[in-house]
Amino acid sequence: MSMTTGEGVVVEVSELRMRYGSNDVLDGVEFQVHRGEVITLLGPNGAGKTTTIEILEGFRMRSAGRVSVLGVDPAEGSEDWRARVGVVLQSWRDHARWTPRALLTHLGRYYEPYSTPQRSRPYDVEELIRVVGIEEQAEQKIRTLSGGQRRRLDVAVGIIGRPELLFLDEPTAGFDPQARREFHDIVHRLSDLEDTTILLTTHDLDEAEKLADRILILAGGRIVADGSADQLARQVTREAQVRWSQNGEHFVHATPDATGFVRTLLEQHDDIADLEVRRATLEDTYIAMVQQHETGHPDQAAIAFEEVEL
Amino acid sequence: MNSTTHAIKTGLGRGWTEFMLSLKSPQDQGFYAFTSGGVLLYLFLNRTNEVEGTSLFYTTLALPSILGALLVFSLVIGPAYSLAMEREDGTLLRAKAVPRGLIGHFTGHILLNTLSLIPSFLIILIPGAFLFEDMMQNGLRGWVTVIWVVLLGLLATLPIGMVIGALVPGVQKVGTWGMLPILVLLGISGIFSPMDGLWDWVQTVSQIFPMYWVGIGMRSAFLPDAAAVLEIGESWRTLQTVAVLGAWAVAGALITPGVLRRMARRQSGSTVEAAKEQALQWVR
Repeated sequence: MSMTTGEGVVVEVSELRMRYGSNDVLDGVEFQVHRGEVITLLGPNGAGKTTTIEILEGFRMRSAGRVSVLGVDPAEGSEDWRARVGVVLQSWRDHARWTPRALLTHLGRYYEPYSTPQRSRPYDVEELIRVVGIEEQAEQKIRTLSGGQRRRLDVAVGIIGRPELLFLDEPTAGFDPQARREFHDIVHRLSDLEDTTILLTTHDLDEAEKLADRILILAGGRIVADGSADQLARQVTREAQVRWSQNGEHFVHATPDATGFVRTLLEQHDDIADLEVRRATLEDTYIAMVQQHETGHPDQAAIAFEEVEL
Repeated sequence: MNSTTHAIKTGLGRGWTEFMLSLKSPQDQGFYAFTSGGVLLYLFLNRTNEVEGTSLFYTTLALPSILGALLVFSLVIGPAYSLAMEREDGTLLRAKAVPRGLIGHFTGHILLNTLSLIPSFLIILIPGAFLFEDMMQNGLRGWVTVIWVVLLGLLATLPIGMVIGALVPGVQKVGTWGMLPILVLLGISGIFSPMDGLWDWVQTVSQIFPMYWVGIGMRSAFLPDAAAVLEIGESWRTLQTVAVLGAWAVAGALITPGVLRRMARRQSGSTVEAAKEQALQWVR
């Protein structure tokens, strides 16, 4: 089944439902992803992020709804479609005896028949090894790699076919800050230079804010928010907090018009110090939205809680 | 079909790499040394025994039977374990995530398991030729028989291993669904002792499965024709060997692709994650 898809729309999801027994994990998910966008899917544990991504990857059958990925229903995605999609999987102990160079070379060969003048496939293995920063481990057995090095290899495997669309499920879990920074550089590079559309899930709000053009919040089986970090913050509260001190005393004032308030403040007093204007952070927004949602749907909040307990 | 051919070629490369890695792996070398040492020691301890009613040494009779059993054992248990493992450790999911990766993956499997027979056989046949006189009594004709029995045995048994590996719920269950039946068949298929001591119905059961037929095929290759008197019907039953092994091979070729497709369809990141957690739990 092929859907009519708008210009530049890479992923289109509507009325997506996923039911396990009597539990609706996804209950009418709707969103779109446009070419070249970096989208982050946020949500509490058990909200269905992984389920959603696996349906889009074509690894899981949905219960109902329409899904189109690169113009194709992933449930019926052909191998030719598969060549255009990259999936970053979490390696655990697979290919323990192989070296990163041998594995990348081998997996890359599957993409050779899908090379086009616009997109030469696969990626050059040596370049890729450099891009993800595993030059020194390229000839080591994969089982001797550290967790962070393995994740870089996973990313390399995910992009070896120069995908038009890349899925990453919690790519930086277990990364140290340095590795995380380098991973962010890779994502920016893919998005800017390779025109790759990227959909990733994360628990790290700071990461979501840094990487994403647009953030989707999935809670209780629905997309409850969709927009840039800034837009989401404004949906929760239009007010900003202004903090300052005067004569050693500290003050806080919440206002929808921070600029106007600060102007007046500075005009009226000349001993203002420690001035600080703070908009709601993505974390404030996220917590507020998930809470709003959960108080509205106590039953689904309970489901999320149960899954955390497991 | 061009990209399918390409995937098969890529898979052959994979099988070759896996084979070379296996030869270099201390774990696999240990396994080869253990089976070879065990078989040779067993034969050596029984080297002076004669088979009742014949002028044959027990060793002469047992060596081809054991080679046959080893073939069946390796081709059923090997792929059963590795497939079950690959489902849990994410190897299969990686293959599924690349275009036509599964075709390549299973091609690699077939080549690896075929090639692995070479070292397992050589490390028994080469020392065997020195330790035991007249191991091969039929010259070139005998070796030709070895080759077709091995190839037919391969086609008959490898699919069984792959199907078991695809259907077992987890690696730990390969023991129950793979190892146990194989050990039972090993006991009732005339490998270590002739079948005529067994009840008729047990003989019938063992003649349904490839183990018996690969065994008799190997004996027909190594032993003089006079030794056929020890067999059921006092004959090597070559036509029946071809028919039964051929039937298993055809059934395997028909059933296995569907079973593998079904298994692959169920693979996703969360199934691998769940298996990982299960395994960690198990270790703990």
